[in-house]
Amino acid sequence: MTEVEAHLVVVGASLAGLRAVEAARRAGFAGIITLVGSEEHLPYDRPPLSKDFLTDVESPPIPTLREEALLRDELGVHLRLGAPATGLNTTDRTLFVDNEPLHYTSLVIATGASPRTIPGTEGLAGVHVLRTIDDARAIRSALDAGARTVVVGAGFIGSEIASSARQRGSVVTVVEAMPTPLARPVGEQMGAVLGSLHERNGTTLRCGVGVDAIEGQDRVEAVRLADGSRIEADLVVVGVGVAPNIEWLTDSGIELGNGIECDKTLQTSAPGVYAAGDIASWPNPLFDTRMRLEHWTIAAEQGGAAGRNAIDPENAVAFETVPYFWSDWYGKRIQFVGVAAGFEEIDLVAGDLEGDTFVVLYRRGDRLAGALALEQRSQVMKYRMMIAKGASWDEAKEFATARAAAAAAKAANPPPG
Amino acid sequence: MRVMKVRVDTDRCTGHGVCESIRADVFEVGDDGMVHLLNEEFTADMRPQLEEAVAECPTQALRLED
Ligand SMILES: Cc1cc2nc3c(=O)[nH]c(=O)nc-3n(C[C@H](O)[C@H](O)[C@H](O)COP(=O)(O)OP(=O)(O)OC[C@H]3O[C@@H](n4cnc5c(N)ncnc54)[C@H](O)[C@@H]3O)c2cc1C
Ligand code: SF4
Repeated sequence: MTEVEAHLVVVGASLAGLRAVEAARRAGFAGIITLVGSEEHLPYDRPPLSKDFLTDVESPPIPTLREEALLRDELGVHLRLGAPATGLNTTDRTLFVDNEPLHYTSLVIATGASPRTIPGTEGLAGVHVLRTIDDARAIRSALDAGARTVVVGAGFIGSEIASSARQRGSVVTVVEAMPTPLARPVGEQMGAVLGSLHERNGTTLRCGVGVDAIEGQDRVEAVRLADGSRIEADLVVVGVGVAPNIEWLTDSGIELGNGIECDKTLQTSAPGVYAAGDIASWPNPLFDTRMRLEHWTIAAEQGGAAGRNAIDPENAVAFETVPYFWSDWYGKRIQFVGVAAGFEEIDLVAGDLEGDTFVVLYRRGDRLAGALALEQRSQVMKYRMMIAKGASWDEAKEFATARAAAAAAKAANPPPG
Repeated sequence: MRVMKVRVDTDRCTGHGVCESIRADVFEVGDDGMVHLLNEEFTADMRPQLEEAVAECPTQALRLED
């Protein structure tokens, strides 16, 4: 019997997909690798799209993650860009790309997520979501023209867009249906604290009021709210969350739910098929709970793990991580590590909540569950490591007290120079 | 023994500390919001984790040199 040459196919040519390819090669995989992506572009980085890409004075280039020559020549990757996967038959291990069959021996699915839209606004000029470089270019050019901006949804991406638009000198309103922003990721109290950054930087934040209609004939003119008020706008950016890109898998037999349901090694319900990134839901052994995250760092870590497991399923390793995300608003960095859901107490251990910098710890049971920091880059990862080790609340508090004492001593006796 | 070096592009590093969470004995984010190397030279057995740190850095600020 002749051996079939191993063929790793990765669908979704963005962060998680790229990491899967790189990790497979780094682990010594010598077979064929094909990277399939529906966008025309080489893999590029999304976080800058709501940040520097909108604020830089000079029109910025695409934040490409890897050049084509590196992918093709050094990593030996066949690129199929501008080619969406349209179906999957897991019995005979065939992926359909633009309806053409492509045989694989192992597959990593990393097709990410797409923004939710407001029904009925599809054809209306001036209404955008932000996920792709094309979205970012459209928003940027509206800001170039000084657009009066309404952001629908005070989540992290919506808030970054508001901050960037403010920085460009636009009049900005953020509308949030919930009474406080970001209650799910950081809790109500801290959501309100972060929300106050908008007001302090000249952005209007309207919480607890939904959007009734987006008005305009061919081009947006105003946003009408549920309380009857009307905000005139030249640019409306809808940031009301994303949904995983699973439609193309509907008939594949792969178990779907909130994304693709994976096991702890990121394997899907089909042998040889793994998933990673915003699309993947998996039981995180560190927290004994199923998660689907939409964070850069996790997508990168999962991509690597799925790539390694896909080429060596017998030695597949469970993927565990402490969630981490960051967000930059008004030149300030917000960082969160851990899980806020179900927390019982929060405690301010550095800075002050009305100020420009702080660290807040989250307790669940007798454990440290999370940490939220504003402009405290030196601390966050220390708490991430403590959470990974299952550190107790007391241990975390002791550590925080020691840090605070050290900082106070340093402030009293600044080192020479 | 083969020895390698880690280079930090200080224009790119924005102090995420992802590298620190991979190898805290090598990387530490200081109060200046920038990563500092706690070591200068590394042995070959550390390569996999250093490569991981290079790959996971959100701003592509790290590089390995042989
Ligand atoms: C504007 C913006 C700012 C962000 N800022 C931050 C931040 O500050 N911090 C943070 O932690 N995270 C941030 N994120 C989130 C982070 O970028 C995502 O978690 C990450 O991009 C997920 O990577 P992924 O590879 O799983 O999915 P994606 O990046 O969504 O990539 C999926 C790719 O698959 C393609 N695809 C979809 N369907 C198919 C198909 N059928 N066939 C082939 N290809 C397909 C898509 O076109 C896309 O290119 C931000 C995201 C955005 C959009
Ligand atoms: S991960 Fe990158 S950006 Fe973050 S501290 Fe390390 S080198 Fe700097």
